[in-house]
Amino acid sequence: MSDIYLDNNATTMVAPEVFEEMKPFFCEQFGNPSSLHSFGNKVGFALKKARQQVQALLGAEHDSEIIFTSCGTESDSTAILSALKAQPERKEIITTVVEHPAVLTLCEYLETEGYTVHKLEVDTKGRLDLDKYRALLSDKVAVVSVMWANNESGTLFPVEEMATMAAEAGVMFHTDAVQAVGKIPINLAESNIHMLSLSGHKLHAPKGVGVLYLKRGTRFRPLLRGGHQERGRRAGTENAPAIIGLGKACEMAQAHLEFENTQVKAMRDRLEAGLLAAIPNCFVTGDPDNRLPNTASIAFEYIEGEAILLLMNKVGIAASSGSACTSGSLEPSHVMRAMGIPYTAAHGTVRFSFSRYNTMEEVERVIEEVPGIVAKLRKLSPYWGDNGPVENPDEAFAPVYA
Amino acid sequence: MWDYSEKVKEHFYNPKNAGAVEGANGVGDVGSISCGDALRLTLKVNPETEIIEDAGFQTFGCGSAIASSSALTEIIKGMTLDQALQVSNQDIADFLDGLPPEKMHCSVMGREALQAAVANYRGEEWVDDHEEGALVCKCFAIDEVMIEETIRANQLRTVEEVTNYTKAGGGCSSCHEGIENILTRVLAESGETFVPGGVAIAAAKKPAAKKEAAAGGAKMGTLARIRKIEAVLDSIRPALQADNGDVELIDVEGNTIYVHLTGACTGCQMAAMTLGGIQQRMIEELGEFVKVVPAAKETLVSMGA
Repeated sequence: MSDIYLDNNATTMVAPEVFEEMKPFFCEQFGNPSSLHSFGNKVGFALKKARQQVQALLGAEHDSEIIFTSCGTESDSTAILSALKAQPERKEIITTVVEHPAVLTLCEYLETEGYTVHKLEVDTKGRLDLDKYRALLSDKVAVVSVMWANNESGTLFPVEEMATMAAEAGVMFHTDAVQAVGKIPINLAESNIHMLSLSGHKLHAPKGVGVLYLKRGTRFRPLLRGGHQERGRRAGTENAPAIIGLGKACEMAQAHLEFENTQVKAMRDRLEAGLLAAIPNCFVTGDPDNRLPNTASIAFEYIEGEAILLLMNKVGIAASSGSACTSGSLEPSHVMRAMGIPYTAAHGTVRFSFSRYNTMEEVERVIEEVPGIVAKLRKLSPYWGDNGPVENPDEAFAPVYA
Repeated sequence: MWDYSEKVKEHFYNPKNAGAVEGANGVGDVGSISCGDALRLTLKVNPETEIIEDAGFQTFGCGSAIASSSALTEIIKGMTLDQALQVSNQDIADFLDGLPPEKMHCSVMGREALQAAVANYRGEEWVDDHEEGALVCKCFAIDEVMIEETIRANQLRTVEEVTNYTKAGGGCSSCHEGIENILTRVLAESGETFVPGGVAIAAAKKPAAKKEAAAGGAKMGTLARIRKIEAVLDSIRPALQADNGDVELIDVEGNTIYVHLTGACTGCQMAAMTLGGIQQRMIEELGEFVKVVPAAKETLVSMGA
């Protein structure tokens, strides 16, 4: 039996069609797209096509609004730092407590540089309070950076509405849409989103390529200066094969958008229903009514995520966890903590994330395997008795804390 | 994914002595839920002989926490309480053929559970004197709390001093920004400002050493190579001596460098970490892959092995 890959929010397989599209651009059409001769020229045209494919998926008005970068993190950094440099009189940033580290770590660093960062909190389902957001918008704010979909829980933020609120207050709006692009319909031409980040390897393109969408007319300052590539907005020779692969991946994502929201969603829903029915003391995190079609985040109480992952890995199932141990940090996932999930559950969260390459047979196999794994670990847990959690778990087991 | 040894996997997949011991007369509950680990150790001690007749564990934690708990119970069964109290967290890690630096705290938790259970049996109260912070230096497994306390206790001012006192930052040096931030914060407590002088000097020295290594490269003669190895050990020595330890070069065989850790380093819980850090430095300075291992087999298992 082959292994089951349910960690598509971490990264995805390069689609075979994408790989085919890329192949000629290594050994045959290796020219520099900036060159005048035919070696370069062909690559230049291929990049132009890729740009239009990305434009189509994002529903952008112009293809020149697409800037190719090296990854989602670079796009995030470019967007936020550009907003600060272009508007030096504005010293505030609005973001959320559940952002990806690509945004949060940068914002924490900017705080040490004298910027004020407002981090919007979330409720137990991971939702924002838009009234609080409105109250923070002012002419002191350089940029709002809010993720479209949360990588851990899949919860969607109302970024289009938030972008409009920002526009009404005259504030620039950026969204990290790395998890959303290719999974939900996006139409940037109709939105007030100024900047959007995406990452190739999350939608079956290779690693090492990303995009920053920059709405025409948005004031911009490049992160990398040098060559005239990307119209001087991102210097550095283009990663042509990866960009061409990304173009093809975007075209395929667009063609599969409905499949994603019907078939992929059905697999996710079946997995969730199956596991919740078979395992006591577990629950779905985030906002089940408003989330990505491919993500299931389930907290298994009284056991630890890394141990779950290792046992799943042994039977050939790949997923990921918000536990502290999987990352080597001392705290469990900041996303789970922000939603007020207790430590004994936050450490046991497992994220199953699907792609269109998964099958219903795989889902059934996971539903068969996971209950036994959870039961095995609970037998080792000091919080678990013979048939359920010990009574008053917090009193029955109160370790001396280190 | 972590690079767990086969022994860790074995004890995780098939843990020994899982569950509470019946008729236990010593119980130790330790851990930290915020970092995802908690352990209850139950002991059945023969009151006549003080021999641990049975030991069992219940663990909420990751793979290496479960494996460390299992290893601990295997080690201490049949020991007297006094013998068991001699078991260090490094003994637990060695039993498992080593743990990744980020996971050493799992073995520390095992040792603490043991101390707590013995104290419980003896009717004493066990107080935890160990506070754990986020891991800063991965080469030598030094955490934030340790660095902060050492800065305060010794009025340290520079990254170089922090390295000399704690070894943190003495390996790959990628944690220097983190150490600078800690210095800035701790010095601010007493109204002082961190001046990054030491870093600039250290940075200026680096390229010279690199150039030498590059020039020598793989073609370095045997004598030159040994001199170079001695020089690396000499540069690390002050850090070890600050902890009342020392290191001695015993032999070089191919790409294996045999050393002897002496003084306070003997039996030190962090000895395997120290060797790992020395190895990292050797690899960087010599420009080739080498293994640094203790000369005497019974001392310790090398990190690289």
